[in-house]
Amino acid sequence: MSEKYFLHNIGKPESKSLAFYLANQGYSAWEKVVRQWQPAEVIEEVKKSGLRGRGGAGFPTGMKWSFVPRDSEKPKYLVCNADESEPGTFKDRYLVEHEPHMLLEGIAIASYAINAHSAYIYIRGEFAHGAQVLEEAIAEAEAKNLLGEKILGSSYDLQVTVHRGAGAYICGEETGLLESLEGKRGWPRLKPPFPAVVGAFKSPTVVNNVETLANLPLIFTRGAEWFAAIGPNPKNTGPKLYCVSGHVNRPGLYEFPMGKNLKELIYEECGGIRGGKKLKAVIPGGSSVPVLRADQIDVSMDYEALAEAGSMLGSAGVIVLDEDACMVNALYNLERFYAHESCGQCTPCREGTTWMVKILKRLEMGGGRPEDLPLLEDIARHINFRTICPLGDAAAMPAASFLKQFRDEFAAHAELGRCPQRR
Amino acid sequence: MSIAFSATAQKRVEKLLGHYPDKEAALLQVLHIARAEFKTITPEVMEYIAGLLGLSPLQVMDVVSFYTLYPRQEEGRYVIQVCATLSCALLGAESLVDHLEEKLGIKVGGTTPDKKFTLKKVECLGSCGTAPVMQINDDYYENLTVEKIDDILAKLP
Ligand SMILES: Cc1cc2nc3c(=O)[nH]c(=O)nc-3n(C[C@H](O)[C@H](O)[C@H](O)COP(=O)(O)O)c2cc1C
Ligand code: SF4
Ligand code: FES
Repeated sequence: MSEKYFLHNIGKPESKSLAFYLANQGYSAWEKVVRQWQPAEVIEEVKKSGLRGRGGAGFPTGMKWSFVPRDSEKPKYLVCNADESEPGTFKDRYLVEHEPHMLLEGIAIASYAINAHSAYIYIRGEFAHGAQVLEEAIAEAEAKNLLGEKILGSSYDLQVTVHRGAGAYICGEETGLLESLEGKRGWPRLKPPFPAVVGAFKSPTVVNNVETLANLPLIFTRGAEWFAAIGPNPKNTGPKLYCVSGHVNRPGLYEFPMGKNLKELIYEECGGIRGGKKLKAVIPGGSSVPVLRADQIDVSMDYEALAEAGSMLGSAGVIVLDEDACMVNALYNLERFYAHESCGQCTPCREGTTWMVKILKRLEMGGGRPEDLPLLEDIARHINFRTICPLGDAAAMPAASFLKQFRDEFAAHAELGRCPQRR
Repeated sequence: MSIAFSATAQKRVEKLLGHYPDKEAALLQVLHIARAEFKTITPEVMEYIAGLLGLSPLQVMDVVSFYTLYPRQEEGRYVIQVCATLSCALLGAESLVDHLEEKLGIKVGGTTPDKKFTLKKVECLGSCGTAPVMQINDDYYENLTVEKIDDILAKLP
């Protein structure tokens, strides 16, 4: 598939306007769905498409929707996760700013499927411009009765609200997000109950990522079967956005079918490593996933293949590090991030991340000791699976994998007591 | 000493309330409006908002202190936030911070005496493909170099 679905309007600032979107068959899927489809049929079609959540966990979207109790008297909510704060990830911002109507059309289809009449777009506070674009797009869509009351002559109402976050990575985690949506600090909740049963305002709620929702118009324009045929296998379907950053010649946002080969992505699409240097390491799915060595990157970027390679697809935020990058310093940088973003509810996460930062700092800056390596591993082990939300694991996984994959480099730091690259 | 939202802001708050099943849920959005109106979220502002939404001032304080985008201390007219997370760090974010500290004569976290600039180091701004990146107030500046920063700052009135 060389045809681009998300990125075909790059370089056209008018792509965000309703007039442009409508002129390109925009909202035709929504019009069809709201007039002719039953909600249960919509869910079936999405199941058939094989679409999996693009927010990081890869949960099958249609199945997630089917967990919403049909018979509940309570209102249902659809929440679009536009918090985008996993380091290395920058795809949702593009969609929000340049394809807001594609997102709104997806939100409308998803809301209809779960019988929600309120949808919230939780957008990270820093994306002030994106929030503005969305507000304008909602107003345009309401004026044309594509959203609002009795949409397109049907009996279906939908109010879409932009809810700005205020600077906290943890609000990307779906239950932290729901707390924040309710006007509280973004402290993740214990699961179960899952949001599909008890979510926003104690009511059934589906939380979906921006890119996940943006796939829906395509599924309902071209059909689930057509969609399912894109990608390497039935478990990994559809088009996919890949974010590439770090030491490559052409960093940026790329679109390919699900399952793009990682090596090809780096060497062909992104023009290889800057300055003719050699590759050292790749973090393939946002900062929280295990790091790969240069010899492990001939792999299909899909959920299963990357898991087999010892990592994860995550948010498809590919961070590339060249031969000169110091892996201890890189891990120090990441653990500083997690320590800063830990919400502090769980002792292993709060204390563990702070402690790792302290140790990594001395390994890098001076005062490191050989015992620091087993100590780091021990701390990472103790965070794993002992916390309320997965941020603890997200902090532990890079530590464990960096130490395993780049043992010699960590050992050299411990031996010398500091980074060999520093004087 | 008593503070209040402008008429436009009050209208925005009223409209917001129609979008949530309870008033508390509007808190983050009302705080954004307050930031635009008053710049600093002082104890008086928190008390005012608490009254507006039927919350206790402590509840508002609890939320304000959790998030990074509600300044409780006065900041400069331009708040410069340089991303220091991995993708930006790999492409020299640290040297940009050093340059800004030297140029502005302040340390990270500080504000220039004329209250024009505040300098901060922040975590990933969601723009790693155009690293290194900074945000000045609401605007993003990407693919930064020392020369580009000099140019950007020189153009700020
Ligand atoms: C610490 C943490 C941060 C997360 N940040 C985001 C985020 O910024 N955006 C996002 O869509 N999902 C994020 N997620 C995943 C969400 O919890 C949730 O799985 C996702 O929004 C579900 O949408 P999907 O099924 O469409 O992928 C995060 C998860 C964790 C544990
Ligand atoms: S794991 Fe960390 S971020 Fe998640 S709830 Fe516990 S302390 Fe908070
Ligand atoms: S790491 Fe700087 S914008 Fe993501």
